[in-house]
Amino acid sequence: MRPFDYQRADGLTHAGQLADADEAAYIAGGTNLLDLMKLQVETPRRLVDINKVGMREIEQTDDGGLRIGALATNTATASHDLVRRNYPVLARAILAGATQQLRNRATTGGNLCQRTRCYYFTNIDQPCNKREPGSGCGAIQGIARLHAILGTSSQCIATYPGDMAVALSALDAKVEIASESGERTVPVRDFHCLPGDTPWRDNVLEAGEIITSVVLPPPVAGRQSYRKVRERSSYAFALVSIASIVEMEGDMIARADLAFGGVAHIPWHDERLSNLLVGQAPDRKLFDKAADLLLEDAQGYGENDFKIPLARRTLHAVLSEATGVDQ
Amino acid sequence: MNIHVKQDEAAKECRLDDMKQGILGRDVSRPDGLPKVTGTAPYAAEYKIDGCLEGVIVTSTIVKGEVTNIDASSVLDMPGVEAVIDDPRLTARAAQGTAGEAPAQPARKVGYFGQPVAVVVARTFEEARDAAKHLKIEYRVEDDAIVDPEEADAEAQGDGTKMGDLAEAMNSARHSVDVVITTEGHNSAPMEPHAAIAEWDGDKLTVHASLQMLNYNISELADSLDLDEEKIRLIARYVGGGFGSKLGVSEETVAACVAAMELQRPVRVVMSRQQVFQCVMRRSETRQRLRLAADEDGKLIGFGHEARVSNLPGEEFAEPVLQSSEFLYRGENRLLELEVARIHRMTAGSVRAPGEAVGMPALEAAMDMLAEKVGIDPVELRLRNIPERHPAKDLPFTDHSLAECLTKGAEAFGWDKGPRKPMQKREGEWWIGTGMASAARVHNVSEAKARVTLKADGTALVETDMTDIGTGTYAILTQLAGEMLGLPVDKVLVDLGDTNHPRGPGSGGSWGAASIGSAVFVACEAVRKQVAEKAGVSENELSLSDGRVMNGATLTDLLDGADISAEGHYEPGAISEDYTASGFGAFFAEVRVNRYTGETRVNRMLGSFGFGRVLNAKTARSQCLGGVTWSIGLALTEGLKFDPRDGHLANCDLAEYHVPVNRDVPEVEILLLDGRDPLASAIQAKGVGELGMCGGAAAIANAIYNACGARVLDYPMTPDRVIAAMPENA
Repeated sequence: MRPFDYQRADGLTHAGQLADADEAAYIAGGTNLLDLMKLQVETPRRLVDINKVGMREIEQTDDGGLRIGALATNTATASHDLVRRNYPVLARAILAGATQQLRNRATTGGNLCQRTRCYYFTNIDQPCNKREPGSGCGAIQGIARLHAILGTSSQCIATYPGDMAVALSALDAKVEIASESGERTVPVRDFHCLPGDTPWRDNVLEAGEIITSVVLPPPVAGRQSYRKVRERSSYAFALVSIASIVEMEGDMIARADLAFGGVAHIPWHDERLSNLLVGQAPDRKLFDKAADLLLEDAQGYGENDFKIPLARRTLHAVLSEATGVDQ
Repeated sequence: MNIHVKQDEAAKECRLDDMKQGILGRDVSRPDGLPKVTGTAPYAAEYKIDGCLEGVIVTSTIVKGEVTNIDASSVLDMPGVEAVIDDPRLTARAAQGTAGEAPAQPARKVGYFGQPVAVVVARTFEEARDAAKHLKIEYRVEDDAIVDPEEADAEAQGDGTKMGDLAEAMNSARHSVDVVITTEGHNSAPMEPHAAIAEWDGDKLTVHASLQMLNYNISELADSLDLDEEKIRLIARYVGGGFGSKLGVSEETVAACVAAMELQRPVRVVMSRQQVFQCVMRRSETRQRLRLAADEDGKLIGFGHEARVSNLPGEEFAEPVLQSSEFLYRGENRLLELEVARIHRMTAGSVRAPGEAVGMPALEAAMDMLAEKVGIDPVELRLRNIPERHPAKDLPFTDHSLAECLTKGAEAFGWDKGPRKPMQKREGEWWIGTGMASAARVHNVSEAKARVTLKADGTALVETDMTDIGTGTYAILTQLAGEMLGLPVDKVLVDLGDTNHPRGPGSGGSWGAASIGSAVFVACEAVRKQVAEKAGVSENELSLSDGRVMNGATLTDLLDGADISAEGHYEPGAISEDYTASGFGAFFAEVRVNRYTGETRVNRMLGSFGFGRVLNAKTARSQCLGGVTWSIGLALTEGLKFDPRDGHLANCDLAEYHVPVNRDVPEVEILLLDGRDPLASAIQAKGVGELGMCGGAAAIANAIYNACGARVLDYPMTPDRVIAAMPENA
C-alpha cells in the first residue's frame, strides 16, 4: 500500500476543497477501495473521508419518488419501508450482493462507482488497459469466465460487478451530482461508460464531481424481481442477472423494464426490449424474439461463451415468472 | 519411564472399553474452543514480540528461468525498509508432506509464475508490502515452459495394477461403462494464512509457525538453513486450518528464519491471501478414464481406472487418484494406471484427502451409470461388488463397514430402492432428484510418541509435538488420558505443538488420532501400572474414576507428593503389511436443479461413516460435516483457473475461488457407526478427518442426473456445464 494522507471532510464544500489535490480519492464505506489499495491497484496520495458530510437520508420527493442519499448504506436502503414496499427490485438486488457485513458499510454512491472484479485488473503483475492504459487486455485470450458479452471493445471485456445499479437502471433512476461549478443530473442508464478506447473510465463523473444522491421515480405498477444466476448461492458476482418490472393488463404486457448485470461494462439496458414486449401477449416465441434482440451483437470470448445461452434462458425464466406463462 | 509398543498383533482386548470414567466417545467440547472463539488462543503470527520486523514475500513475474539481479537499492530508501533478503537458503517451494528434507532451493530459480523469489523486511507490514511491490528484479527467461497439462508429456507414476485382460472383459461384458471424467484444481483455502515468526539469539532459533507436522518440519527447516535440529524449537500450538497445505515447511517459515538470522532481529512473515492461493500447493486437476465391465447381475468382471495428473518437473508427489479404487470393488480383470504431466504451474501437493477426494467422485459417477445400464438400484450394485479380499493384493481387510454404511445410510435417508429414472419430480422451475455414492479413504497409522504425567495434585498432563489443526486433537487426547487415568476432562491438560515435547507424526492423511492416540494410550498403560503398584493391585484390577481408586482412596493420597510420568512410543508393526485398512461410508443427497439456469442447490445430505472406534462423537461429526461441505464445493463451485499463457492462477482470493458458503450447505445428517478395528491401531480407531469428502461429490452429480437428466462429466458442475448436458425436454 502506497503511503497516503487522510483527511476528514465536515461538509460537501470542505470535501471538494480537500479533494482538490493531486491523486485524491473520496472514501465512504471503503469496501472496494481499501482492497484495491492493498493490492496497489488504486494508489491515491490522499483519502478524503466523506462519512461525516451527511447525505444519508432516504426521503420522499415532491412528486412521490424517493431520494436516496449517496451515503445511505446498502443495508439502510434495502431495509427501508418505502424501498421494500414500492421498489422491491432494488431491495432484492442489494440483498443479492456481497454479505451483511459489507452491506453495512457499503454506500449508494460507492456502490455505483465500484470497480470491476476482472482477475487481470486486480493483479498488478498482469496486463490491464483499465488499470494501466496501453498495457493490453489479459482477459482476452485469458481467463474470461466473469467477462462481458455485450458492448465489449478490443481494449477491455470487463464487467460492471454490482447488483444495485442493475435494479436502478431498470427503475430508470437518476444520479444527482455536485461540483464546485454546480449540480447536474444523469440517468443511471447513462452513468456508466462502455470501455471503447477509454477502458479506464468507468463512469461519467468528472474530476471534482461527487454523487450526492440517487432519485427514484414515483412507483409504478407491475411485478418486480431481481434474478441473479451464480454457482455459489451467496457472496459471488453474477454470471448473469436481470432486474425486471413487468406489468400485465389482461393478457397483454403493459410494461417491461429490464436491465441486465454480469454481461457488460455497464448495467445493460436495451430500450428495444420494452418496445418489442409491450402490447404483446406473452409466449415462448415472444421471449425468444426478445432474447434474439438482446443478444444480436453478443460476443463470447471462449470461457464466457456460456453467458449467451445463459442470458437467453434467464430471460425466459424471468419473463415466464412475471407473465405467468408456463413453458 | 519409556514404553515402546510395536503393533504386530490385533489389539483384541483393548482395556479402553473396561474403563470407568465414561468420557471416551462422548460429545465432549473442545478445550481449545473457548480460547479460540474469544480470541485468546494465539496463532503463529499473533505472538507479541518486541522489536519484531515484518517481512513480505516478493513473487516472480516470469514462468521459468532465473533471477539474475535483485536491485535492493530500488527499495532501501523507502520508508521503514530494513533489508532485502536474497539468500540461497530461501526456498522456491514448500516441502511435500513427510519429506523431512529441504524443498527446492534457491528461490532464485523460477519454476512458475508467482513463485516466491525474495523477501523485503521493514519496520511495519504496510511499509514492507509497499516496498515489495516496488522491488526491481531482472530475470533470464527460459521460454520453453509448458503450462497446460494436456499439452505436456506425461510419465507413469509407479507400476500401476494390471490383472487379466480388461479390454476383453469390456468386449464380452453384458453391461459396460467407458467414460472420461475430469476434476479441476483445488486450493486448501485455510482460514489462517501461512505465517511464521522467527527469533534467533545467535545460537538458537525459536519459530512460531503454522504447520501440521512439526517432527518432519523441523528436519525440513534444519536442512533448508543448514543448521542442526537441536538448535531449533518449532511451536504451533494452534493452527487455523491446514487441509494439507501446511504439511511441509513452507516458504514464509524459511524466509522468516533466514531474515531473523541475517538481521539478528525477530522477523514475522505472513502470506497475503493471494499468496496463499498462488504459492501454496494446489491439488492437481485430473482427467480420469473409468472402464467398468459387468455381467447381467451387475457383478464387475472388469475394472479400469486410468488417471492423468500434473506437477512441476522434479516433484515426486502425484495426486494418488487410484488409492481406494485399488480395493473398493471386485473385478478380476483390472487396469489401474496413473501418469503425471510435467508443467509449470504452482506445485501440486496434498489438499484435503489427496487421491480419494477426486478419484472417488469419478468412480462413483461411473458406478451410477453402470447401475442404470444394469437396471438395478445403485445401492444394490455396490453391495454386489464388495470384494472379500483386496482384489489385486489378495490381502484380507481389517474391519470393513461399507455394506453397513450403505444399508443404514439408505434407510436413514429414506432412499427409494429400485431402478431409477431421471426427470420424475419437478417443483416449479426446479427439478428434484436424489443420488448416492460410496465413501472410502485408506487408513494410515504412523509412529508416535507422547508423554503422560499423572501429577501429585491429581491432574494429568499430556505432552507431544502433535498439532491440532482444528480437528479436535486437544479434545480426544484429553478424553483418552481422562478415561485411562480416571479423571474428568477438566483435570487433564493437553500441551501440543512444541518440538521440545516427544514427537508424533503430526496431522495429515487422517492418521493423527489413531497414531498419537495410541501413543497416549500406551503411556497411560504404563502410568496405570505404577498406580496399581502403589494401590497394591494388578493393573487389570485397577479401576479409576473421578480421581479415585475403587477402594475410595484419592489419587492425590496415593501419589503422596510424587508425579508419575511415562513416555509412550507406539509403532505400527507387521499387521500394517498384512491387511488392507480403510474407513468406509456412504453419501445420499437430494438436490434441485433449475431447468432454466442450470443452478444446482443441495436440499439435504446424509453421510454414514464407519471408521472403527469413535473417540469423540462431537468432533468426529464436525469432521464429517466439514468433509460433506468440501464435497459440495468440489461438486458445484470450486475450481482453480490458470491462465493458458503463463500458467498463473487467476482466481486467487476467496471472492473468486468459491468455497461453499452457509447458504450452500443445507441440513446434513451424519451417522457415525461406532465400531472397533483391532487391526487399525492400539486404540482400535481409524482416521475420519478426510473420509467425509471422499465420494460425496458423486452423490450430488448422480442426484443432478436423477433430477434433470444432465450427466455432467466435469467437476465442478457449474450452471453452464449443467445446461450443456441437459436434455432438450428438461
